Amino acid sequence: MSVPAPDADLGGPAQPLLAVRGLFRHFPIRGGLFNRTTATVQAVDGIDFDVVKGETLGIVGESGCGKSTTARLLVRLLDPDRGELVYDGLPVGTQDGLSLREMRRHVQMVFQDSFASLNPRLTVADSIAFGPRVHGVPAAEATARARDLLARVGLAPDAFGRRYPHELSGGQRQRVNIARALALRPRLVILDEAVSALDKSVEAQVLNLLQDLKAEFGLTYVFISHDLNVVRYISDRVLVMYLGRIVEIGPVDAIYGAPRHPYTRALLSAMPSMDPDRRTLEAPIAGDPPNPINPPPGCRFHTRCPFAADVCRTRMPELVAAPVAHGHLAACHMADPASGHPQAETAA
Amino acid sequence: MSALVRVEDLHVRFRTAERTVHAVNGVDLSLGQGEVLGLLGESGSGKSVTLRSLLRLLPERRTQTKGRIEVAGHDVLALEGAALRAYRGKVVSMIFQEPMLAFDPVFTIGDQIAEAVMRHERADRAAGRARALEMLERVRIPSARRRLDAYPHEMSGGMRQRAMIALALACRPRVLLADEPTTALDATVQIQILLLLRELQKEFGMGVIFVTHDIGVALEVSDRLAVMYAGRIVERGSARDLIRATAHPYPRGLLASTVHGAMRGRRLDAIPGAPPDLSQVPEGCAFAPRCRLAEPACVAARPPVVEIGEAHVAECRRPVTGSVPAEG
Repeated sequence: MSVPAPDADLGGPAQPLLAVRGLFRHFPIRGGLFNRTTATVQAVDGIDFDVVKGETLGIVGESGCGKSTTARLLVRLLDPDRGELVYDGLPVGTQDGLSLREMRRHVQMVFQDSFASLNPRLTVADSIAFGPRVHGVPAAEATARARDLLARVGLAPDAFGRRYPHELSGGQRQRVNIARALALRPRLVILDEAVSALDKSVEAQVLNLLQDLKAEFGLTYVFISHDLNVVRYISDRVLVMYLGRIVEIGPVDAIYGAPRHPYTRALLSAMPSMDPDRRTLEAPIAGDPPNPINPPPGCRFHTRCPFAADVCRTRMPELVAAPVAHGHLAACHMADPASGHPQAETAA
Repeated sequence: MSALVRVEDLHVRFRTAERTVHAVNGVDLSLGQGEVLGLLGESGSGKSVTLRSLLRLLPERRTQTKGRIEVAGHDVLALEGAALRAYRGKVVSMIFQEPMLAFDPVFTIGDQIAEAVMRHERADRAAGRARALEMLERVRIPSARRRLDAYPHEMSGGMRQRAMIALALACRPRVLLADEPTTALDATVQIQILLLLRELQKEFGMGVIFVTHDIGVALEVSDRLAVMYAGRIVERGSARDLIRATAHPYPRGLLASTVHGAMRGRRLDAIPGAPPDLSQVPEGCAFAPRCRLAEPACVAARPPVVEIGEAHVAECRRPVTGSVPAEG
């Protein structure tokens, strides 16, 4: 029998709001005679991390790294092949844990495509009220909540409540999506490229709004983006993914100030310089990210890594803590003194 | 110095049964030989429409174009038929955000490049193929000889972008128009393509107009920058002046709302509101409704063009002097 989720904090501040344990998700590619599986996309291939209460965890990576699949696994829009989610101490979707329905009341998501994620036949007020009504909130109260949320995201309820999604601009629609996500009073919001489609001037407005709402409602965010500047701005901790694996995770200042994984370093130095007198002179790495179909063995980055050694081609590195910085982990043989990599850090 | 590209008072209107959109409302620009001009703006600012006008790519029936466009001695708006076909690809060429749309999916990369060379230079097939191979090597596509016989869908995103650059430059155009060519690419691939474009531009001595919404990208490639808003250029100058001594409130706001460097936790000084609906041309300054410095005169009449520094002008009644506050 599954238990209802507590609205209040259960395990105290030290308990992760969401713990991700050994999550795998592969997609088979079928084809040929008898529709056999001909290849596998290893979209998410064994990831572990915690989302700490009250933090913003940024997830960065290039296309095909598995960041969006991770987002969908976190709200269980996709089922994992293996692994589990633990929401505030309660296992999700098991017999004696938290039901999916209850979990989704507490974990909501905002998508990149603001138009596709709203029902075109519902007014925006009805879209926002829909979730609460499904979860048993009386109609009048749900409508009142929708109006209140519209006002909170900066859209006057009288002017905007009865409009349809196509009557709004992209920035306004994304505000509606944020209001919709908050209508169930969630504690965790997954933002999957939520500001990526917006123009810079509108993006800044929405980033300010997200910060305000976080403080006001005591929210925790998982913020997924390919934009390294935005992730640096909004995140407390950052997780870097490459081909379905976590390559580095740590406090934002450690990741941006002292990155340990060669991929993180390459990603950061690929950011355009904002100074016309100090333009980028050399590309940090060559080539495109490899296809997540049948990724390379060993360390998945070894095909593009300037430091690749024999051990990198054969053994997959595990996340190893940095000797000094607390909570800064990198999955690189060079970060592990016992790996046998010729350039491995010596134990400090 | 005679300019390679000269655009004077360009107006572009799109007409449909329901409404008219005033996409470009009086753009002047010039580009010298071997110069890179960055055209920066948000969606709907008219930057891509301006670029497409230069190659006459806009749908003729629905588009009204006024003004004058001169490229390497050609009166572009008067070109017809064979003269227009000879102009496209030979004098001016273009690269796009989505290379799949620039290539025909049913022909190989090599054949498509060779065809362009055969048409424009009356070369035979062997010479066309030889040029195609040379170009693929130039844009550093690995195992170029094998890639000649590849179809567009067989290449990765970054390789397709390289192949499109090879196609665009195969006939040594004097001007290259780049419409957000790196926007769809991953960060580590984007910088490779930007560096490649910079290198080829120097090598071929081309003039380049590079349209982008990304300030960082614009600064990586441009000598000069022009910022567009609601179909007009509101500020122009050298890349350095434009970033260090931004005068117009719109590009200043754009810089302040662009997250970069160590701005963590600080509230972004966002520009309020949204860009105007261009079904009518605004009487005065189009940015005035969103501008903190606006005064009644800004709404009433078009603002003057003010000289800020050498070759640095802003179209603003109340330009700001002094450096930009947001620094990372």
